Amino acid sequence: MNEDVNGIIIMDLIELSGVNNKLGRFFGPIGRPVMDLINNLGAAAIFFFFACVNIFHRNQAREIIAQVFYIGAKSTGIVVLVSLFTGMVLGLQLYYTLIRFGSEGVLGSAIALSLVRELGPVLTAIVITARAGSAMAAEMGILRISEQIDALYTMRIDPIRYLISPRIAASMISFPFLTAFFDLVGIIGGYLTGVLLLGVNASSYFYRVNYSLEMVDVRGGFIKSFVFAIVVSTICCYQGYFCHMRSDSHGAKSVSLATTSAVVISCVLILIADYVVTSFIM
Amino acid sequence: MKGFNSHAVLDGINLSIYENQISTISGKSGGGKSVLLKHIIGLIQPDSGEILFEGKPVRNMGKKEWDDYRSKIGYMFQGNALFDSMNVFDNVALPLVQTTNLSRKVIRQKVMNRIEEMALTEAVNKYPSELSGGMQKRVSLARTLVTDPKIVLFDEPTTGQDPIRKNVILSMIANARKRFGFTAVLVSHEVPDVYFISDRIVILWEGRIAFQGAYEEMTKLRGPVVDEFLRSLEGFQDELTGLMSKEMFRSRYSVELSIGKKKSRVSAILFSIDFDSLEKELGHEASLYTLKALAEYTNRYFGTIGGFSARHSRGEILTILPGAELEEAQQLLSAYSQGLQKNVLERIRDVTRRYVGIGCFAISVNAGLTEANVTEEFDEIIQEARKKQQTVATVLCEGGGQSG
Repeated sequence: MNEDVNGIIIMDLIELSGVNNKLGRFFGPIGRPVMDLINNLGAAAIFFFFACVNIFHRNQAREIIAQVFYIGAKSTGIVVLVSLFTGMVLGLQLYYTLIRFGSEGVLGSAIALSLVRELGPVLTAIVITARAGSAMAAEMGILRISEQIDALYTMRIDPIRYLISPRIAASMISFPFLTAFFDLVGIIGGYLTGVLLLGVNASSYFYRVNYSLEMVDVRGGFIKSFVFAIVVSTICCYQGYFCHMRSDSHGAKSVSLATTSAVVISCVLILIADYVVTSFIM
Repeated sequence: MKGFNSHAVLDGINLSIYENQISTISGKSGGGKSVLLKHIIGLIQPDSGEILFEGKPVRNMGKKEWDDYRSKIGYMFQGNALFDSMNVFDNVALPLVQTTNLSRKVIRQKVMNRIEEMALTEAVNKYPSELSGGMQKRVSLARTLVTDPKIVLFDEPTTGQDPIRKNVILSMIANARKRFGFTAVLVSHEVPDVYFISDRIVILWEGRIAFQGAYEEMTKLRGPVVDEFLRSLEGFQDELTGLMSKEMFRSRYSVELSIGKKKSRVSAILFSIDFDSLEKELGHEASLYTLKALAEYTNRYFGTIGGFSARHSRGEILTILPGAELEEAQQLLSAYSQGLQKNVLERIRDVTRRYVGIGCFAISVNAGLTEANVTEEFDEIIQEARKKQQTVATVLCEGGGQSG
């Protein structure tokens, strides 16, 4: 008997036993979304691969520079603002915790290590997701529903090469730089509250910052920011690029849902990736 | 064959497109016309069947061949699909910048040539959102033609346009095809206007090709689908001129003859203007206004005495005068010509001078009068009338003008 006939016989037996209905009812609501998720992650990985391969195509430099300006340079303001207040809050919180143990002198170390190892890369990625990631998803979605992506195809311009590759490349360049800004400004923010407001010794603060930070910490932070760059740009561009294939909406609604999904999924994946990368580094 | 969500949109397509011809695909809304078009350029893949280009299946083409094939095709989208973040120049230049190794200077020259041809020079630095619908269409056409494609696909190029603008776009397509020598495939349900520029008509009906051939062949063919399609056209007026559609005209002709059995002869007048020369001198819009003015006057003049008219081709109007003998028809034509000269042509010249800025041009209206027997086919009547054409009214350069 061939495989098709065997398959039919097996399905008939399952059908007769009633097992199929019970199994289906139990596993269906869990299984289907999991399979969709795995399918989508696989598709996104292939999407990233094709985009990466085209980064070094000719005519890309100008587009990449334009995207570095938009994703990187124009996000500097918000990154600086968020990092300043993050550092200031850290200074406050850690001071009042450390002083219980008489260890307020290590405030500089605590702030520097927290920022450089964790908060810098993660919060930078989240801020850029909110600002540039959502814009990427929305822009791709609008290009899709207005047939501009199809127009590129008809002009023999690879839409992934023209639209996606520069954004991914620009993210990979911008994220580490912005993370470095975040760390630096965050440390200054900690100085403002810890030293100027709460009276920790300034020399002690900077000595501790310098003493505790090692290259492995800085390198780890940059590796994370690089990974987050790939995750955020890929997910956001992917959601917008394929918004026309959503089953839950069409047109403008699909663009808005794609944008929301892009931001939410990116934030979740940032945290998951953070754990994974940290476990490898540590 | 092609289906979406287990619904077959196309099922049984055997279609031939001929080089250097304008083929128009017509049919009901939602009938799969745009889907068919997108198959040609590869935006959609068929579920079964083959697309052949110069006898070779495109599915079997290697990368280089496929690239070469696609380089020969241009596509104009229904919604224009202009890039909102780029100005007109950048939109038109994009295909050359991204897919060729031409220098900036050469690209600039090619792009500006196309922009000038489409009368978009003043809008070159504007963004699509700052342009009117008609201008956006012209930008889209310029972008489609900038790579000198051999085949151009037009997906509903006149949707959402007013009758004048529709015919301007159709005229642009016809002229561009003549000038640059490409094969055009149009998807349009703007009947009957689009038939005036088409060499072949393709009727897509319920996912199948019901007819493909010249318009005249379609009217002679008998079959349920073609008959139903032609009957559906009877309700359409020629939107530009306000005259009857060809199908309505033929129906009316049959009815008139069956009512007046004693009046076995009718007079037919074929009016014509040199539309191509007029377009060249005055531009698309002004030449269409001229045709519209001629048609309105003809319809008004002969309508009051029981005559009826229809546009036969781009620059020809056929008028039937039931029950009028040749002599009587000749007198009517004479009086008509004088009125045409005074009331219409002189006014067109003044208006054109004011709005288009052209002070010196010539319009001649020719007319061929013939007496027709009821047993004669339309084609025979038109051939006869065409042979007898003479100038009946003309406007020459400043101060000139004589009636026929």
